[in-house]
Formats: sequence, C-alpha cells, structure tokens
Amino acid sequence: MNTVLLIIQREYLTRVKKKSFIIMTLIGPLLMSALFVIPAWIATKGSDEMRFVTVIDKTGEFVNTFKDTKEYKFLWRPNSKLKEVKENLKDDKNSAVLLIPKEGVTKGVTIYSNKHIGIGLKSHIARSLSAEAQNINLQKLGITPEHIAASQVHVPVQTVKWTDEGEKTDSAELMMIAGFIAAIIIYMFIFMYGSQVMRGVIEEKTSRVVEVIISSVKPFQLMAGKIIGIALVALTQFLLWGILTGIIVFGLKNFAGIETGGGIGDKLPPGMMEALFTYNWQPLLFSILFFFIAGYLLYASLFAAIGSAADNETDTQQFMLPVTIPLILAFAAAASIMEQPSGNVAFWFSIIPFTSPIIMPLRIAADAYQAWELALSMAILIATITATIWFAAKIYRVGILMYGKKVSYKELWKWIRYK
Amino acid sequence: MEILKAVDIKKTFEAHQALSGVSITCKEATIFGLLGPNGAGKTTLIRIINQITAPDSGEVFFNGKRLQPHHIKQIGYLPEERGLYKKMKTGEQALYFARLKGMSRTDALKRLKFQFDKFDIMPWWNKKVEELSKGMAQKVQFITTILHQPKLLIFDEPFSGFDPINANLLKSEILELKENGASIIFSTHNMASAEEVCDKIALINNSKKILDGEISEIKNSFKTNTYEIIFDGKYNKFKAALTADYEILSTEEKKGENIIKVRLKNPANSNNMLTTMADCGKISSFRELIPSIQDIFIQAVGEGKVNKTQEKSDLPEALAN
Repeated sequence: MNTVLLIIQREYLTRVKKKSFIIMTLIGPLLMSALFVIPAWIATKGSDEMRFVTVIDKTGEFVNTFKDTKEYKFLWRPNSKLKEVKENLKDDKNSAVLLIPKEGVTKGVTIYSNKHIGIGLKSHIARSLSAEAQNINLQKLGITPEHIAASQVHVPVQTVKWTDEGEKTDSAELMMIAGFIAAIIIYMFIFMYGSQVMRGVIEEKTSRVVEVIISSVKPFQLMAGKIIGIALVALTQFLLWGILTGIIVFGLKNFAGIETGGGIGDKLPPGMMEALFTYNWQPLLFSILFFFIAGYLLYASLFAAIGSAADNETDTQQFMLPVTIPLILAFAAAASIMEQPSGNVAFWFSIIPFTSPIIMPLRIAADAYQAWELALSMAILIATITATIWFAAKIYRVGILMYGKKVSYKELWKWIRYK
Repeated sequence: MEILKAVDIKKTFEAHQALSGVSITCKEATIFGLLGPNGAGKTTLIRIINQITAPDSGEVFFNGKRLQPHHIKQIGYLPEERGLYKKMKTGEQALYFARLKGMSRTDALKRLKFQFDKFDIMPWWNKKVEELSKGMAQKVQFITTILHQPKLLIFDEPFSGFDPINANLLKSEILELKENGASIIFSTHNMASAEEVCDKIALINNSKKILDGEISEIKNSFKTNTYEIIFDGKYNKFKAALTADYEILSTEEKKGENIIKVRLKNPANSNNMLTTMADCGKISSFRELIPSIQDIFIQAVGEGKVNKTQEKSDLPEALAN
C-alpha cells in the first residue's frame, strides 16, 4: 500500500475514532435541528401554565379587547377594587391583575402580579390595548372597522431576472442567506480543521515521533497525508451533520407531528417557494465544494508550516496572526458584501486568494458574478495554493527537526532557501 | 563488501559548519561506531545517510550503488530524538510503522507478535503508548526499527532511557543482529558502550573526522608502553634496578601495596624488566596500561581544542585544557 495512503488512513481513523469527534458529530445536528424545531415547538405547545388575568377596567371601554388564548384567560371585571382582588389573589402565583385607569390608556396601564410577568403577556396586553384604543379613536372620527379593512392594501412584489434561458423568478434574499451560511461554514471549517493540522504537526514534534516517520517517508508525504486525512475528516463530519440533521428534522415532523421551520413556507411571498425549486443549485454547490477544499488546502498548508516552526502552541501566535487576519477580514466583510455582491469590495475580495474561498460562494449564491471573474478567482487561487504548498513544504521539512529554538521570520526565509 | 560508504561529505547550516569533508566506510556484518561529543556532527551525518537532509557536497553509496530513495526500505533507523504517538495503541502503532517501511499487514503482524513476545511486552499490545513506561516504549521503538530486517541498522544513542538490565538485553540483541548478517552503525558519546560492541570506530569532533579504524588498531597506536606493577617491597631497590631503559612515572602506596608505573623506552623489553625486578620484591600484579577509547577520545578531542585555542592565541593553556 502506498505510504501516503497509509498516512491518510492513520490521520483519518485516529481522528474519527476520537470521542470528541463522535460527540461533535452528534451534538452538531441536535443543535441544528433544534434551530428548526424549537421555535415551532414553542409556538405549538406554548406554556403549560394557564395564567388568569383579572382586568379592572375603570373606563369600561375594553370589554371585548382581550381574547382568551392558550396561555392567558382574561376576566373582565370593571367594578372590582384593586385591594380586594389583591387580597383574593394573595397566594395565587398564576394570576395577574391589569388595571386600566379611569383616564384611559394613553397615560399607561399597570399589571400587578405575585410572580414575574413574562415579556409575552406584557406585549400581548400592549398590542391588544393599542389596537383597540386606535379603533376607538378612529370610530370617534367616524371611521368604522369596515372602512379600515377596505382601505388596507398588500402589494406583493415579485422579482424576475432576465437570463439567457429566459425569465426566471429571482430569489435574491433567500439565496443570499444560503450564500452567507455557506461562507460561515467554509470559514468555520477552514479554521477548525486548519488548526487541527497545526496541532497534529506540533504533536508529532513534541512527542518526537517525527524523525522516526521521516526515516521511512518523505516529509512532504507526511505533510500531504496529514492535510488530506484531516480534510476527509472534515468532509465526513460535514456529511454526517447534513444527513443526521435531515433525519432528525424529518423524524420529528413525521412521527412527533411537530411542524418544523416555523412555517417559513407559509410566510414567504408568493413565487419564493417556486423560486427555491427552480433555482439552479449546481453552481452554488459546486462552488461551496471547490472553495471549501481550495481554501482549506491553502490555509492548512500554512498552518502545517506554522506548526513545524513551533515547539508548542503558544509559540505559534506570532505566525498565526498574519495568517488569520485575511480570513477574519473576509468573514467580517461578508455581511456588507451580501448587500452589494457586485460592488468593488466584493470583486477584490473574491479575487484575492486569501479571501476568495469565503467571498466567492457568497457572490455565486447571489448570482452576482461574471463567468470570467469566477475563472480568474479559481485560477489565482489554484496558483497560490501551489506556491503556498511549495513554500510550506520547504519550511516544514526543516522545521520538524528543529527543537528548542525560537524562530523568526528571517529564519523561515533561510529555511526556504536550504537545499 | 562495503554496505555503506560516505565520501567527503560537507554540510553547512548558514554560518555553522556541521560536516567538513567527512568520509566513512562500513563493512557488511560489522558494527561501526560513530563517536564524538554532542554537536560534533554525528546526527547530521546520520540524517544524510537516511536522506532526511541532503549534503552540500560529497556522495553516499549503499551496497556499492549511489544512495537512492528506495534504499530507505533497507535501512532501519532509531533516531536519538525518538518517540511514539501517545494516544495510539502500542500494537496498532508498531504495525503502522512496519507498514510505512513497506511490509504487508500479515507479514508485519506475524513478526510483531514474535518480537513482542521476545521482549516480553505482549500484554501491552492493546494499551495506549502513554500508559507505557519509558523503557517499554524504547523496546517498542527498537522492535519497529529492526522489524523489516534491514541490511543496515543505524542506532543513535540506543541505550539512553534504558536501565542496566534492559541495556544489556539490547546489547545482546544488537550483537545477535550482527551475527545474523546485519550491518550496524552505532552513534554515541558513551565510549564505554561503544568499546564493548564496535568492531570499527570513527571519531568525529568539530565537524571533522579525527580518527578511525579497528578498535584494537587504534588502541595499539595510542598505547605508550606503560606498565603497572604492584609489589611488596622497597621502592629504592626498584629505582636502583630500573636503569636507563625505563622511566618511572609515578609511585604510590595504597592499602599496604606499593604501585609503580613505568614507561619502557624500548617496547621489546617488557620481559627484561620482569626479570630485572624479580629479585627486588614479591610482585603481585604486572600489566600493560592500554588506554581506553574514552582516554583516547578525551586525548584526541583535547588536542583539537588546544590547537584551536592556539590559533586564537590569547587563552592561557591551562584554561584550554
């Protein structure tokens, strides 16, 4: 068996068998499905406790304002005295009293309770009262609820893009969000797994196993095996997250009967759902895969070089900073680039190879790119990766055999020129 | 037959000269000792032989052919800076190293089982390396070095980290490997252990080879015809008897015995000396003082230092020594 394959196998298996990997792989989908499920679950289930709200309405105008909900039951008592009610409810933790003063609601109302009042109840009461007070005011001016209903207009806006294949329903917002999520994931994976490469190199140095290995294989083979092995771990985790999240969300929806996604489908403007299905996903998926792998290779080789030049993780700081700055910069710029995906900033960030792995997928998702821009970005990135791996291998080869020496940039430059 | 030949190897790291024209020759089925103080250039030379670093100039021949990348599979190397993956299981790890050397899985497993039994570490097969004692980890390392039955074995400070019992075990293992036809390069600054196992040595100091040859040859060339005589009697008589051909180096009295050290000006005269002395008192011991490799090493290295300081001139000689 090829030695590089053996190294890849070891790097992959030792990491995949680790407890932390298994835990992360299981927790990730749980957290992600929680994002989908919990809002829906809360919406359907609500609070177990029914709260009774006694409304002491001194004005007597708000008889029909408060509709009972699953959580709150309202009792309209215009003639009760606050003191008496308070006395009655002394030990009742589930009740509250709403006092509407004689002067009306404009000066404000007060909620009394033995227990902390949740934001839900407070905003429910505020909303109901404001709407009713507004209605009452409008009626005083002679405008009936019928007038209002008739005057309300909702204008649905549909965006259509002219493309070579004809008109297409545009789905800018949703796609941009998808692009943004892609950028976050690429950023996260480059950071997480890039630094794993670095830690792996340092581990081999500190445990002094490295010289034993490079008496059997070339340093470059060891570096390449490690980088590829860890990339496969990343892809495995990514894939498992996707599959497990799908299973959990699907399972809850079908077997536990919980509506997931917070009913996004119903709230979307017309045409959006259709857009989701007609959208050409291939470029986005392809670009995510390409830029993830390319970005990872670029940064992982740099991280490997950094790891080789250090004896422990604290020594890596001085070299980590210049490497991580473009990555963080790209991530920070992602939000503003999302607003203007065809702008100048977006263009340069998607061309510069140290930021393009994060920014280019964003622009592709927003469909705001020219074919030549993508080609240029990819070409520059591939060229940079080749150069970076060459440099990293030079540093790595010397660095892994250097112990107990604080390395400067000048030193690194010397290493690159060694025969 | 020469298993390894290095010719005029030079290597410079920026301002520091690690090797300046070192040549060594190792014969098949012998143990070659590479001796020298720390920082002399031993490890650099070994790394060049293992193709971990490339020399600036000079050439290495393996088994008569110029050293090629594939030769690595026929070399077993136990580096001075050695270690194992701490979190990996012992057996699994040994298997990994064996397979990196190109062995098949079944072949490697078979030989590993045999060696693990031989070194009495079979119970640790499924334990993580971090649970092993240092000596046990060293055994695992030794096994992985020799497992692929390489033609040439290179041990850099193999005894460091071993207790005396295991060091002995290792020594007999190394000698057995030689009996079975393996050639061994043995690098150390521990002269006593080198003297015990090596057939031939090369002394490296300050990036240069200052001495090489068969151990017995070197010792003979460094002996000074000095004899030590332990006797019961009077010094005066001896002094009177030992005339122009002899030079008395020292006399001392220890635990009731008189010890005298004498240098013969003519090496052939040692028997004459015995007959001369026979009448002077009761001789209980008579032996030639042959310098140990350690003495030779210190002497050779010391001379190098003196030369160096003389070049720089202003250090007092006493300090240099």
